[in-house]
Amino acid sequence: MGSVTETKFEVLNDELASKIDKILSENAYDSTKLVGILLDVQDVVPKKYVPMDVAAYVAAKLNIPLTGVYDVITFYASLSEKPRADHVINLCKSIVCKTNNYMDLQKSLEKFLGIKVGEATEDGKFALEYSACFGACDVAPAIKIDQDVYGKLTDEKLIEIINSYR
Amino acid sequence: MKEIKLSINNQKIVVPAGTTILEAAKEVGVHIPTLCYHPDQAIKANCRVCVVEVKGSRKLSAACSTPVWEGMEVITTSKKVLDSQKGVVELLIASHNQDCLNCQRNGTCELQNLAERFNIGKTNLDIDILTLPIDDGNPSIVRDPSKCIKCNRCVETCSKTQGVDVLTHAHRSDQYIISTPYNLPLGSTLCTFCGQCSAVCPVGAIVEKDNTEQVFEAIENQKKHVICQVAPAIRTALGDAFGLDDGAIVTGQMVNALKQLGFDKVFDTNFTADLTIIEEGNELIDRITNGGTLPMITSCSPGWINYVEGKYDHLLDHLSTCKSPQQMFGALSKSYYAEKMGIDPKDICTVSIMPCTAKKFEAQRDEMNTNGVRDVDVVLTTRELAKMIKMTGIDFEVLQEKEFDSPFGIGTGAAVIFGATGGVMEAALRTVYEVVVGEPMPSIDFEPARGLQGIKEADVDLNGTVVKVAVAHGLSNAKIVMDMIDKGECPYAFIEIMACPGGCVGGGGQPINTTMATKSKRIESTYKIDKEKLQYRKSHENPAINKLYEEYLEKPLGHKSHELLHTHYHPRDKKIGNIKLK
Ligand code: SF4
Ligand code: SF4
Ligand code: SF4
Ligand code: FES
Ligand code: FES
Repeated sequence: MGSVTETKFEVLNDELASKIDKILSENAYDSTKLVGILLDVQDVVPKKYVPMDVAAYVAAKLNIPLTGVYDVITFYASLSEKPRADHVINLCKSIVCKTNNYMDLQKSLEKFLGIKVGEATEDGKFALEYSACFGACDVAPAIKIDQDVYGKLTDEKLIEIINSYR
Repeated sequence: MKEIKLSINNQKIVVPAGTTILEAAKEVGVHIPTLCYHPDQAIKANCRVCVVEVKGSRKLSAACSTPVWEGMEVITTSKKVLDSQKGVVELLIASHNQDCLNCQRNGTCELQNLAERFNIGKTNLDIDILTLPIDDGNPSIVRDPSKCIKCNRCVETCSKTQGVDVLTHAHRSDQYIISTPYNLPLGSTLCTFCGQCSAVCPVGAIVEKDNTEQVFEAIENQKKHVICQVAPAIRTALGDAFGLDDGAIVTGQMVNALKQLGFDKVFDTNFTADLTIIEEGNELIDRITNGGTLPMITSCSPGWINYVEGKYDHLLDHLSTCKSPQQMFGALSKSYYAEKMGIDPKDICTVSIMPCTAKKFEAQRDEMNTNGVRDVDVVLTTRELAKMIKMTGIDFEVLQEKEFDSPFGIGTGAAVIFGATGGVMEAALRTVYEVVVGEPMPSIDFEPARGLQGIKEADVDLNGTVVKVAVAHGLSNAKIVMDMIDKGECPYAFIEIMACPGGCVGGGGQPINTTMATKSKRIESTYKIDKEKLQYRKSHENPAINKLYEEYLEKPLGHKSHELLHTHYHPRDKKIGNIKLK
């Protein structure tokens, strides 16, 4: 039985705080605009994610619970709670890709990149994430690297594509 | 009220408008399966296990959320209905860590009950369990997400009932989970360890930390003198775990069971509840007459203390400095009692039986020791005690009644009502009034403090000075009172706050299936014990307490009292959920 270990993401400094304050005031501290606020905030954080202390800061400033902020960050695929990498590889796990054995593709990806789904490579180049259907069912199983879609991949082709992003 | 006629499985029934199919079916003796539904909570309708057929509608309807209408014809027994209900359970089991034999909820689990009801043994579906780590890094609560069925009951309890808000749903579709922000361990959030989430969870995904093994070991150890204290709210709740009527009074049977389990002495926390009243009552009089910080707020509920230390750490001076009855007992057991018995305090193991998971946390606080020896060594919840009794094959129902041991065996009615919301207030007033006014309160039953209303207030005339008092239970009600103090708009001089709705009878460690209705029954029994079963009803009349002051403590708020019976508070560590803005 493993125990939960605490992840520390201490990113917030005065400079970042004042950038966040600016975003908040542009949105009139209106918590109904939370998604837009978080997207803008994520954009000013290095590695493009919303770290814990940043989320807590936004929650406190908007006077809403951190739980609600966290719920939104994890609900939208365009928001991330973890540091991202230069390139994000999305692996589709929806129904068509599932029936077309996305698991094999996942195994290959994990082998080539040396990471598991949900992790990023040590050099910070690639992050591997699951995603829901992005409309490439005709070439399932499919991946999306940043905005580019690839499907029906052999191992050789996969390596070639990944290397083209290095 | 408007009445609605409908039929359920062709049985005719008339119910008030607004009744749901689920409630109407119960009236005619049909129990529709449920999982996300909880009688004390808002309707969530997310699990779909309660679907039934309504004639004329093509889709099945969720019974928990569908109100009845005139002429409605409901069928709950068709193959279509059963297949759907069974399908929901099967799907849940396919993503469930089926570990019943090792699970604390084996036997009281709603999912397991349904699996049995639908005769689901193994499923043919692919097993796909989200593997997230178990959080057992705090003294009170263990969270195991692999058993969570995502009903959201805990989320509602933590955010709405308690207003603590450390649990939420997160992610979506097949990654949907119940989580803390950033999946922090509970110990790194402002969780109060009240355990209310563990009391409403239908399965074994949030449970109390199990310390029963430690107690069996201590009893087995010949070198240890193992004693126990039992909180006021156990005697009206323990029977539930053995199928007795809600609120059954089982004091004597409980003492008997504890003696059979091998405790060297079985004592009553009521004794130190009386002591708390003497110390706290005098503290209140002292604050009123000498211009101390008012309002003074009670300090016996450790979930409440955790809450205020986390969210209102600038208002800690309002807390009474009295330790809780549990900790007063612990301190006396390692000092007065040890001396009296001629036993080295290190060889005494003090176990408490509490309705509360936060008591486990309280017992482990650094400051809760007497000359370096822990005041209380192990805390068991009502559920854990029931488990020990079952494990040892003691037939609870047929047990003869036994008496508590002395010197900590006498408690008054004022102490027993600590178990119900308003009880500490009433107990304190019974004593404070008499000390200040010089004669007993006009009526010993202080009705304004009783009942399940979230916040209760009253005026008390103390020799011409009208003192306003208030009682709050459930942390969301505590928040309302604290915000009044924070804004300088609080008219009260004395406030009782309990973390759990209903007070300790509704504690987070009480038997599974405790609902508001159960709590009412327990509260009724509590006042019955006060009125009918005990010789004394006021703390200052407890002869054993008076003897304790004569022999040992000298006087209330005296030097010895301060050393043993009082404590201090500190802001909780800077947790991430508690970011302070400049
Ligand atoms: S939660 Fe229920 S079904 Fe799951 S392992 Fe525990 S007892 Fe079994
Ligand atoms: S123990 Fe209480 S405060 Fe902690 S998560 Fe459960 S309900 Fe919330
Ligand atoms: S932890 Fe329990 S109460 Fe909370 S959502 Fe999961 S199953 Fe429901
Ligand atoms: S199911 Fe995978 S892209 Fe549509
Ligand atoms: S009990 Fe009705 S939907 Fe869950």
